[in-house]
Amino acid sequence: MSAPTLFGLCAALLVGVGLFGVIVHPHPLRKILAFNVVGSGVFVLMGAIARRGAAAGLSGDPVPQALLITGIVVAFAATALAVALLVRLFEATGSITLSADAPAQAQGDADDL
Amino acid sequence: MIELLNAGVAVLILALAIFIILARELFAAGVAFVAYGLLITLLWVQLHGADVALIEAAIGGGLTGALVIGTARRLRASEALACAARVSMPARVIAALVAGTVAAALAACVLALPDPAPTLAPQVAVNIAPTGVGNPITAVLLAFRAMDTLLEAIVLIFALIAVWSLAPDSVWGGRPGPRHQADPHGILAYVARILPPIGIIIGIYIFWAGADHPGGKFQGATILAAMWLLVAWAGFIDAPPINRKWLRLVLITGPLVFVAIGLLGAVSAGAFFAFPEGYGKPLILAIEWALMPSLALTLALLMAGAPQRTASQ
Repeated sequence: MSAPTLFGLCAALLVGVGLFGVIVHPHPLRKILAFNVVGSGVFVLMGAIARRGAAAGLSGDPVPQALLITGIVVAFAATALAVALLVRLFEATGSITLSADAPAQAQGDADDL
Repeated sequence: MIELLNAGVAVLILALAIFIILARELFAAGVAFVAYGLLITLLWVQLHGADVALIEAAIGGGLTGALVIGTARRLRASEALACAARVSMPARVIAALVAGTVAAALAACVLALPDPAPTLAPQVAVNIAPTGVGNPITAVLLAFRAMDTLLEAIVLIFALIAVWSLAPDSVWGGRPGPRHQADPHGILAYVARILPPIGIIIGIYIFWAGADHPGGKFQGATILAAMWLLVAWAGFIDAPPINRKWLRLVLITGPLVFVAIGLLGAVSAGAFFAFPEGYGKPLILAIEWALMPSLALTLALLMAGAPQRTASQ
């Protein structure tokens, strides 16, 4: 099996594994980590496609590769924003739950501060 | 032989991804994510994306991993609470089915990709000469698709503004994050003294080499940001208050120079980001030089988070 196909299939599985984590994890920071696994799967898939586009003496299609660099940096910015939101939620309420029936208790915590 | 190595890397990456999802402790998952990022870097090398490998090693494994591990420490008290709210078994089965379906659909797409693959490489190879740079990825980032890169630089600033806006009113304009303290004779302080001179040179070299070889401003800026964070976490320096004029000036200089050069093209060559004949390389280097400090500072401040203390604390 060629490297792009192998890593493309690996990427498809990474997206699946990450998606499962995003859905089932109750802890938001774990969700953020799982979302980054999904993201890296998408990036690797695009990288495999870029590698298949090798032509004209270049070892890969440089256009998707350049977009990947942009994508990875923006993914980090989004992760940093998500983490900052989470830290603020924890500071304000003392809890990090995302479930719908928690606000009453969270409100009580906020009053204590 | 190399196929065996590739298969080994793919299996290790999948195993680590599963560990990240299933690990009991947040901290363990964060550490596994760093190892996972480094293995993905190997994968990029095997896919012949050296530039992407550099950014993955610096950001994917490095900064994101450090961010999660640092946050996991601050949120330690919350872990037990969140774990109490477990998702029920039927919901887990449905989630596994959904995830499996998505993965299977993507795998089918991978196996059905057209042959020969569509590619823009020949167009890049033909048009790279007038830009004057030797690294095709730099040519794409700063000449052919300069608009994407400009918007990315602006997105980073917006993300930083969004992070800052999470500050409580009382500390607006203050210093981000808690003041870090470390044992002055400990290993962290030792590494923070030894590593930055080497890291700064490597960061600047990767930036400098980016015009003609793998590397560039994003990779270099990330390494510089990491060096600053190392020194800050060892407690040698403190994060600057975010209301400082110089700080905001450095943040916006890069994108402003980028926009100005784009407008220059609109006036002198007839299109936004069209470079006048023969001035391609100097203008590309000017953008890189202007963006580098802005990017390094933006990434470091994104890591530091929202202001939590007043300037005097």
